Amino acid sequence: MRGLTLLLGLLVSLGAWSAEPSADPFGGDPFKSFQWPELKREFLGAKAKVQFDERVKVQGPPFAEDAMNVPITVMADLPGVQRVVVLVDRNPIRKVLEFQPLASRASVSFRFKLEQASPVRAMALTADGVWHVGGTLVDSAGGGCTVPGGTRADGSWTQTLGQVSGRLYASSIPGTDNAARLRLRIMHPMDTGLVGGIPAFFISKLAVRDGRGKDLLRIQTFEPVSENPVFSFDFAQSPVPPLRIVGVDNNGNRIDSQVE
Amino acid sequence: MPKRLSQWLLCATLALMALHGQGEAGAGVSRAQLAQLDYGLKARALADGVYVVEGAVDDFSVANGCNIINTGFITTGAGVLVINTGVSQRQGEQLRALIARTTSEPVVQVIHLNLHPDYFMGNQAFADVPLAATVTTRAGMQREAKAYEDNLYRLCGDWMKGTEARLPTQTIGPGPLRIGQREFELREYKGHTDSDLVLIDKASGVAFVGGLVFSERVPTTPHADPPTWLRALDQLAQLPLRTVVPSHGPVHQGQLGLQQTRAYLQWLDTSFTRWAAAGWEMNEVLRAPAPAPFARWAAWPAEYTRNVAHLYPRYERKAWQSGRP
Repeated sequence: MRGLTLLLGLLVSLGAWSAEPSADPFGGDPFKSFQWPELKREFLGAKAKVQFDERVKVQGPPFAEDAMNVPITVMADLPGVQRVVVLVDRNPIRKVLEFQPLASRASVSFRFKLEQASPVRAMALTADGVWHVGGTLVDSAGGGCTVPGGTRADGSWTQTLGQVSGRLYASSIPGTDNAARLRLRIMHPMDTGLVGGIPAFFISKLAVRDGRGKDLLRIQTFEPVSENPVFSFDFAQSPVPPLRIVGVDNNGNRIDSQVE
Repeated sequence: MPKRLSQWLLCATLALMALHGQGEAGAGVSRAQLAQLDYGLKARALADGVYVVEGAVDDFSVANGCNIINTGFITTGAGVLVINTGVSQRQGEQLRALIARTTSEPVVQVIHLNLHPDYFMGNQAFADVPLAATVTTRAGMQREAKAYEDNLYRLCGDWMKGTEARLPTQTIGPGPLRIGQREFELREYKGHTDSDLVLIDKASGVAFVGGLVFSERVPTTPHADPPTWLRALDQLAQLPLRTVVPSHGPVHQGQLGLQQTRAYLQWLDTSFTRWAAAGWEMNEVLRAPAPAPFARWAAWPAEYTRNVAHLYPRYERKAWQSGRP
């Protein structure tokens, strides 16, 4: 009985400990991350209009079994999304990608390198100038950004640089009403620059172009995107084939390939 | 110790014990005590001189000391054969002490059934004994040892204090093995890892099947290839299995665990093939509903999350075509 009283006392004091002070140091962040106010300032601007919004869904695994390939799916279920920015609070390089859905859904799946447990955030900018923010928490044993990838370690990247594989699916994904999905893999070491003696070397821009030469989407990618990046993009209407993947890395190497 | 502190510790220990009681069945199962870093190892005789030391049927956690493996030891009249040494220096030491309490025979041989950390990270306690594994397993342990040390310290905390990987000193292959009055048969398969040993004691028929068979527990796959593993299970099923000691999950009779493992791997293989062909993203695969028996097994859903990370990318790549310039 005495033990129980003590335990209750302990719980009460822990509760008092975590009570919030009057000024919220987290800027309303549901993840209560100390990095959030600074992230917002740095990437969206001090005066940006921001709201946490459950319609911006970010899915990931609860923990990173492979910290070099953490799968993330972002779905911004909002009208008129202009841009989607993905940031990771506690990565040494925090911006992962910036996505413009021109004629695609405001949804993107990719894999990235996670250095330690962190919130992963997607911010969708709508036409009214408001950033809608969603996120998920991924736990990690760490080390994703500071170890070389497999093709860098064995040198095989030089044989495959810029090669594209993938497929356009007539979508049959449960729970979606999409007409098509494009899945892609582009061979590239995506070096972060954080591994000794290996400078940053990564794909910086990609676009998916339809059979009439019109860009369906554009994406800027940064160092944290996984080696040999894998992406999925969804379309409400079937795009006009054939689709071309065009892009460039930070050393000027071109990517240009057709996928069916 | 001040009275209040000792009362608090008692209280915390009781709470831990209560947590522990859940989900662990059978009187012989070892129960870890965090406060003393005591694994509470118990030897259970499966036949005359053949013992299993059962770990928790669970995932690695601080609460169970990361002891989720069934180790074993067998007296031969000329010394004790030890099968796998546990996850930490401490577990190795406590296993060796348990053996000394159980039999007067000295330990003369250790065998590791595959390269995974809980099969050999207790080796510091057996440094004076020949430590045997296959060529492939020895190479794999050497490759992975550093990563195991790092990961296990993070997952298991204080239980790992002082633990360093100590690699095998002897190469062993498949075939007959005689120690003292015992005859063993060693068989080498692959699929769970690149080298999976099975050790059968001929007198009792007890089979230590290592990582090839999981019972009531989601199979682990960091080095697995499901189609190869399924073929190994077909071969294993040809043996007249009696008492089966899987490395993870309850000891059982006959083919029960083998059938469970096969059903799970077949489900993974056919589902991943189908989902990759339909264009599913990894997050959709992670959220797919699982057949009822699997979702009731120990380590679900964490182990499935790992299965997806390890295996799904291979199935995806098979479903894609090369782009044309």
